[in-house]
Amino acid sequence: MRELDVSVVQAAVARMVVEANCRIGAEAMACLRRSREQEEHPLPRRIMEQIIKNDELAEERTVPLCQDTGMAVFRVQVGQELVLTGGLLEEALQTCMAQGYREGYLRKSVVADPLFHRANTGDNTPAVIYYEIVSGSRILITFAPKGFGSENMSKIAMLKPADGVEGVKAFILKTVREAGPNPCPPMVVGVGIGGTFDKCAQLSKFALMRELGQPNPHSDYAALERELLASINKMDIGPAGLGGHTTALAVHIESFPTHIAGLPVAVNICCHAYRHSRVEL
Amino acid sequence: MKHVTLPLDEETVRSLHAGDEVLLTGWFYTGRDAAHKRLAACLAAGDKLPFPLAGETLYYVGPAPEKPGQIIGPAGPTSSYRMDPYTPALLDHGLRGMIGKGRRSQAVIDAMIRHHAVYFLTIGGTAALISDSIRKKEPVCYEDLGTEAVCRLYVEDFYAIVGIDCQGRSVLRG
Repeated sequence: MRELDVSVVQAAVARMVVEANCRIGAEAMACLRRSREQEEHPLPRRIMEQIIKNDELAEERTVPLCQDTGMAVFRVQVGQELVLTGGLLEEALQTCMAQGYREGYLRKSVVADPLFHRANTGDNTPAVIYYEIVSGSRILITFAPKGFGSENMSKIAMLKPADGVEGVKAFILKTVREAGPNPCPPMVVGVGIGGTFDKCAQLSKFALMRELGQPNPHSDYAALERELLASINKMDIGPAGLGGHTTALAVHIESFPTHIAGLPVAVNICCHAYRHSRVEL
Repeated sequence: MKHVTLPLDEETVRSLHAGDEVLLTGWFYTGRDAAHKRLAACLAAGDKLPFPLAGETLYYVGPAPEKPGQIIGPAGPTSSYRMDPYTPALLDHGLRGMIGKGRRSQAVIDAMIRHHAVYFLTIGGTAALISDSIRKKEPVCYEDLGTEAVCRLYVEDFYAIVGIDCQGRSVLRG
């Protein structure tokens, strides 16, 4: 057994929430630059240039790329040979996420009650946290702030097995087409296929935590990702929804076994501010 | 690139066409979901609005907090369609311009045609860049709403695209 004091986790979490919000990853920046070169018309090209300039400015000034610094989402993978001491992990994550949002001048965008009162909690708590017990003696924390302009364009469908690959493709493309200019394209499309209703949605969220453009390890899913990306980029939605070749930067699919009667598909859409950070302790 | 001064007059609105790129200079108000809900409730009750709407422009934004020494934090547009249920009533009371991102409902477009109003787009996710053209910020009302409070902003050469013009023509795809 390995012991780790939660204070070590706390310091890392406060840093990683600011970093994810203020710095676009190298893969995402490279992808934005490649996309700009593919836009031959002046308007989509200018929009891509503004996005790239914005992301450079944000990093230079350590300010958020987007004012919507999201609802905080963590994926926490804890090795079962690790013992956390000195406090509760849940409390450490929530407190230090709030600390990062306060000290990093990030927007607090969470309301305490979704339906009746909708009063802002004032510190961006609570974060949505997914815990997993894995092998080993380390803890891997992935943080992804999720903006709701794109989150609101996400959808789930419980398809029939008979709908097959064509049904899955049609649902994903329909969801992207209906999202259109609203989720701040160019978007990143996270797809979950299989599991149960809830598991499928979770898979689609985890798909948005992969490094941008990293393909699914299975060749058939990787081929489907490439095919869908090509179809989406022919839709002419384009940067900011004003036409062009760059409607999506990537399609990421995650799959899971499912029931003999089912074919769940979830599409979780992310904007071009593809933000996440990761720490292993 | 056209230079446009705020507040807008009707002649200026008529001269703007979907797809025009513009640089806005002048004052406008901020307002998003929660503020729209209160403004609509105010109008429904027949009460006086907390600020004069006639001829004004609303920017759908909830800025991030400013760092010490900054006028405003990153301040990009939020999705406009969420304001659609409240917007026709605001247009009926004189609202002339809106700034946001994404689609509008047919009811909003019809009200824009009726009242000669214009809808500008700014580029979502370019909040750090956009905040550079914001020069002054004054609180107006609903301060308890935090980032959703209404402020008055003075902008210089604020980049926008005419998304839907006063004849209802749109530049948006999809």
